[in-house]
Amino acid sequence: MDYVTGLRCRECARPYPAEALHVCDYCFGPLEVVYDYEALRRVVSRGQIAAGPPTIWRYAPLLPVADEAPIDLGTGCTPLVRADRLAAELGLGELWIKNDTANPTGSFKDRVVSVALTKARQLGFKVVACASTGNLANSVAAHAARAGMVSVVFIPHDLEAAKVVTTAVYGGHVVAVEGTYDDVNRLCAELTSEHPAWAFVNVNVRTYYAEGSKTLAFEVAEQLGWQAPDHVVVPVASGSQLVKVARGFAELHEVGLLDEAPHVRVSGAQAAGCAPVATAFAEGTDAIRPVRPKTIAKSLAIGNPADGWYALKTVRDSGGSFASVTDDEIVDGIRLLARTEGIFAETAGGVTIATLAKLAREGVVRADERVVAYVTGHGLKTVEALPDTVRPTATIAPTLEAFAAAVDVGADLDGGADLDRGGR
Amino acid sequence: MSVTVHIPAQLRTLTAGAGELSLTGSTVGEVLKALDAAHPGFAERLFDDAGNLRRFVNVFLAEEDVRFLDGLDTPVADGQTVSVVPAVAGG
Repeated sequence: MDYVTGLRCRECARPYPAEALHVCDYCFGPLEVVYDYEALRRVVSRGQIAAGPPTIWRYAPLLPVADEAPIDLGTGCTPLVRADRLAAELGLGELWIKNDTANPTGSFKDRVVSVALTKARQLGFKVVACASTGNLANSVAAHAARAGMVSVVFIPHDLEAAKVVTTAVYGGHVVAVEGTYDDVNRLCAELTSEHPAWAFVNVNVRTYYAEGSKTLAFEVAEQLGWQAPDHVVVPVASGSQLVKVARGFAELHEVGLLDEAPHVRVSGAQAAGCAPVATAFAEGTDAIRPVRPKTIAKSLAIGNPADGWYALKTVRDSGGSFASVTDDEIVDGIRLLARTEGIFAETAGGVTIATLAKLAREGVVRADERVVAYVTGHGLKTVEALPDTVRPTATIAPTLEAFAAAVDVGADLDGGADLDRGGR
Repeated sequence: MSVTVHIPAQLRTLTAGAGELSLTGSTVGEVLKALDAAHPGFAERLFDDAGNLRRFVNVFLAEEDVRFLDGLDTPVADGQTVSVVPAVAGG
């Protein structure tokens, strides 16, 4: 059984049934899932979670749909890795990377899609759809294939080649729209009214979909031994993920899984070429002005973010901050993470790491904090964002002489140890 | 100016189920006023107390968000389409 008592408008608190509804009929505010927390406090325990599957479904009571066999590719329980080498470069102390590139389709979107499609199937939908900057398209197409559902995914026409291939390979409908993501999103919002028998994961079942991102907080807390971090850095596209990460930590305390009320500072990361929320934060305004995105971080290129206002409020209320970073800084962030920790992130991960670096320089993210940076998509999806300098360090003839002339590995070692004399 | 107005599913209870209406006005704001005159109830759904578009309401003229244009003062041409779309979607 699930523990959902219904939906409620976040703005005006009007109640709605737990159906395929995403906005309030009266004020157009977003609907949220309401849980029976009293019952949940009795039901959930650390032991029961530890005995659950190694996926997001170990937290099933805290998700908005109950299903014995959810639509799942094995999502979640991704590595939380201590990042001492990166921390040293940034002048930080206890730094962790939540490596969500390790999900089945290579991004955190598998979390939200597994929840959304499982709920959509329960509600009787046979066709699933989405507006995507790429990662969501990958995930919807893959999960639909596994579930035997029909998928129709809409993407901007100028996406990275890998994101198109890794969507189309699953055999669903992939529709490239001549326009930006915001144009795609507008089209899907209108199509939702015309095709009520389709589940648009980030439109009419968005209320359930968004809940999947809470597992990003659940896992980090469990992996830290049921403790919350002091500070998290989260990339911001629509803002939904950031809001739900914060919500996830708070919810763990509400149901008794965290002993102490968490005080997690939440900071948001945006690309300078699409920074409507970071700009509102910097200017101290409540109004988020839409922008026309121009950035290599296409997965974050949402100029009119649906949850921008809530992301802004979450960051402000938590004592966190925002930063935005240039395309060059994004590439540097990708390379820094790869070079120090062996994790290859897509451009959104570059935004997160570059923002972390910037906030560390500004003294906003501090060395005395336990910090978690969310790296949410795999670098193989956006290889064309990397410049030509990321290539072989030498191209040589197959001879010992050619190698000796071209490569000096010893110079890369601390103190320049001589490999030929057994230095390892 | 006669324009076509697209109504989202959430507001079709006000239009007896119609998703598309033909209305007149010289600006986006006038068209939306005409919408409320023809089907009372739209104004309180679309506008806040100060008369601005609500935070979660997007209005498009053809393919453009009117916030990128002159907002409610944006002039409309004969035959154009105005779309009312809930803002909470995507991401």
